[in-house]
Amino acid sequence: MPYATHPPEDLDAMLSAVGVADPDDLFDIPDEVRFDGDYGIDAHSEREARAAVEGVLDGSTDLVEFLGGGHYDHYVPSVVDHLSLRSEFLTSYTQYQPEIAQGFLQALFEFQSFVVELSGLGIANASMYDRATALGEAALLSSRVRETSGNTVLVPDSLPDRIRSVLENYTDGPGIAVDTYPTSGGTVDVEGLRAAVDDDTLLVYAATPNARGLLEPDLDAVADVAHDNDALFCVGSDVVALSLLEAPAAYGADVVVGDASVLGMPTSYGMGLGIFACREEFLRQVPGRLVGASEDAAGNRAYTLTLQTREQHIRRERATSNICTNQAWVALRTAIHAAWLGPDGLVDLAEECVTGVADLCARLDELDGVSAPVYDGHHFREALVATDAPAADVADHLREEGFALRTVADGGDEYLAVCVTDTNRDRIDDLVDAVAAYGGSR
Amino acid sequence: MSDERADESAPAPYEQARWHDDGTYEPLLSEKDDTTVAVSSSLPDDLTRDELELPALPEPEVARHYTRLSQMNYGIESGPFPLGSCTMKYNPKFTEDVAAHPGAQIHPLRADADQQGVLELLSELQDALASIGGMDAVTLQPPAGAAGEFTGILVARAYHEANDDDRSEVIVPDTAHGTNFASAAMAGYDVVELPSDDDGRVELEALEAAVSDETALLMLTNPNTLGLFERDITDIADVVHDAGGLLYYDGANLNSLLGKARPGDMGFDIMHFNLHKTFATPHGGGGPGQGPIGVVSELAEFLPNPQIRERADGTYERYAPDRNIGRVHEFLGNWLVLVKAYAYILRHGDEGLENVSEMAVLNANYVASQIEYEVPYGPFHHEFVASADADAADVAKRMLDYGVHPPTTKWPEIVDEALMTEPTETETKSRLDDLAAAFNAVASEDEDALASAPNRTTARRIDQVTAARNPRLSWHALDD
Repeated sequence: MPYATHPPEDLDAMLSAVGVADPDDLFDIPDEVRFDGDYGIDAHSEREARAAVEGVLDGSTDLVEFLGGGHYDHYVPSVVDHLSLRSEFLTSYTQYQPEIAQGFLQALFEFQSFVVELSGLGIANASMYDRATALGEAALLSSRVRETSGNTVLVPDSLPDRIRSVLENYTDGPGIAVDTYPTSGGTVDVEGLRAAVDDDTLLVYAATPNARGLLEPDLDAVADVAHDNDALFCVGSDVVALSLLEAPAAYGADVVVGDASVLGMPTSYGMGLGIFACREEFLRQVPGRLVGASEDAAGNRAYTLTLQTREQHIRRERATSNICTNQAWVALRTAIHAAWLGPDGLVDLAEECVTGVADLCARLDELDGVSAPVYDGHHFREALVATDAPAADVADHLREEGFALRTVADGGDEYLAVCVTDTNRDRIDDLVDAVAAYGGSR
Repeated sequence: MSDERADESAPAPYEQARWHDDGTYEPLLSEKDDTTVAVSSSLPDDLTRDELELPALPEPEVARHYTRLSQMNYGIESGPFPLGSCTMKYNPKFTEDVAAHPGAQIHPLRADADQQGVLELLSELQDALASIGGMDAVTLQPPAGAAGEFTGILVARAYHEANDDDRSEVIVPDTAHGTNFASAAMAGYDVVELPSDDDGRVELEALEAAVSDETALLMLTNPNTLGLFERDITDIADVVHDAGGLLYYDGANLNSLLGKARPGDMGFDIMHFNLHKTFATPHGGGGPGQGPIGVVSELAEFLPNPQIRERADGTYERYAPDRNIGRVHEFLGNWLVLVKAYAYILRHGDEGLENVSEMAVLNANYVASQIEYEVPYGPFHHEFVASADADAADVAKRMLDYGVHPPTTKWPEIVDEALMTEPTETETKSRLDDLAAAFNAVASEDEDALASAPNRTTARRIDQVTAARNPRLSWHALDD
């Protein structure tokens, strides 16, 4: 037995101490529900188990990914693995005993500070599961803090179905409706939004970069529309983009949600890290863990989970959220990656997300039968590409050439989507050649 | 393990690392450096910030900072961690290496044909968990145990709605995890609290009185948070089913049942698994976890989108169940946790998994037999709840001084000054003796010794009241 073995003399002593002959005698389970079958799972040595799992994982195709769509890849420096895998971090629990968990608490306090700095808002929590659940929590927060009896959350019509579905699962319980407002040219149609907002609106959500890869050009106006109607304004973004972009609080955001796993995590099948920042006046309505500074009996600054009366283990059905286990270790990794980059490194990485996709679009646009980007404006990591041939056919061809790209349906058309970061930028030439080889010419 | 101490009943000496620096134990990154850079970009000025103010430290100093922080933190490799209902067991190292395999670094929006390795692993894990839970179908999507509860409740709601059966209540025993109440409320249900009987279990008469045609679901942990098996489970299931309700199994305590009993065989319709508990994926200081749910066949069509299945030709595909509830995470939760849990299951096999539960239950019973505090309820399984004859929070703080993590305290509330203790299977007898010695040393000490603890941890007792009354939640707030 790999990790739970008592030598015979210890086992005997323990059985004797508890007064049974066999551990099985300790199970107080009625016969009618005793399990006497097999799971049918064979045991493996460590070497065999490792080989078996790695063998399965090797079954995926070797492709250069230009994907994105909510899950982004940036180079993660070795220091992130080596520090975050220190077992004192990795194998610790939620910091219910803060005196013995100062290290993790300080790391989470520093993570919260990082999100506060980027969002410009007064407070940030220690993490949410991902950007979609963070948006769901923002919607619930808006229904708790808004003074009038609104009932609707407004999201752009380009919001990805995956996020919308999560949002609706969060809002169904309290009876909040999710409606859309229009976009035009790939960004918020401010007049269309103005027509969609009314007294019933709890929250207006906009993302930058948005689902088309565009940076929203006029979020001041979006904020004004929301606030003119006493609705909250929630901005979705990520911690790399926010390192370069104007802080959302500066143009009136009340809540910032989004993804932080763009730092600290490699591509990992969509594993995320949700951020949640908001104005300080919403403090007691915030979901999730909050780390605060206090003092200990020796008079030194010390950190602790605080305002826990918001949380499920104290407040139960009146808690601000059911979240318990969150993404603390991912937040640690993000914090380490951010510390390693520093402000210059963060800005440079973000700028590369601007120039990389612009570079690829410019190259693709030179090809006959290809037009990129579909929408004018400033792109961040991603853009849509129009092709004379059906986009799905182009994507299939590119798969044969060793590239993974997705297609996006938008307004009755289907486009090829590209995503460029520091980890695939050196493959742009090859991608352009592969697109050119598919019926196009230069 | 060698033990050189002369007196084995005395607790081990302990001292946690502490890096003093003028009123702090380790300066903040922002106190080590504070750099403001002017932001220049190819973007127009009105889109970008003017400057960014953050620490700028070279890699060696970043490494020292986090190494020091790690030394001021206690994990399962630091010593015993018997937090009740949290299942803090040793996390096998090899699973981290498996998760770091390049084949795990796959984007979820690839075509099915290009991610066959991922889909095969997911399909195999769905099957393994279904077998372990006695369930017909499993979704791996929920990113934590509470998210699994929420997902299970949404599945139950969808099932009732599909039958045009409008139900408004979820019944939860008073000893249940706080997440049960909160998850039910988030899904829009009224929560009906069920009092425990004198033996600490569900009272059938009280349950019969509580159920009605408003009952959507009864949520139950079995063994419950006192470690007690609900012996009347088949009767409980009948009462709930006869009222048209469904039965939900909270998998937080599944570590006591491997190889011994399956929720599906007890009459449960929905269950969640805490992979970060039973299947030993690291808790990471509060996540990531993963909370897959299993359901009986009647509920499979409501599971979240997507599910994974094997095709007739031996390849794998994602599909949307006919009446799926949509999604509870943008993608599939914490993929790397799924990889590690699958590796753990393969490593153990049937026999190893049954041994896990046997040793978990033996270890809990052994520790209980060695401590001086009263344990009012039994027979218990993988965890027990002792009653401290002093403030349980103070007892916990003093236990820290003896180099063990204390139990969960003051909960469940039906035990006075509760010390909810779950040693897990991965402790040797010698470590369990250390743990018992820590309990007993504290039990013999006076109130002052308890109230002034801890002394040997990085920080001394932390002022919680000030933290809450004057919230300072970022380094920006420290100057205020």
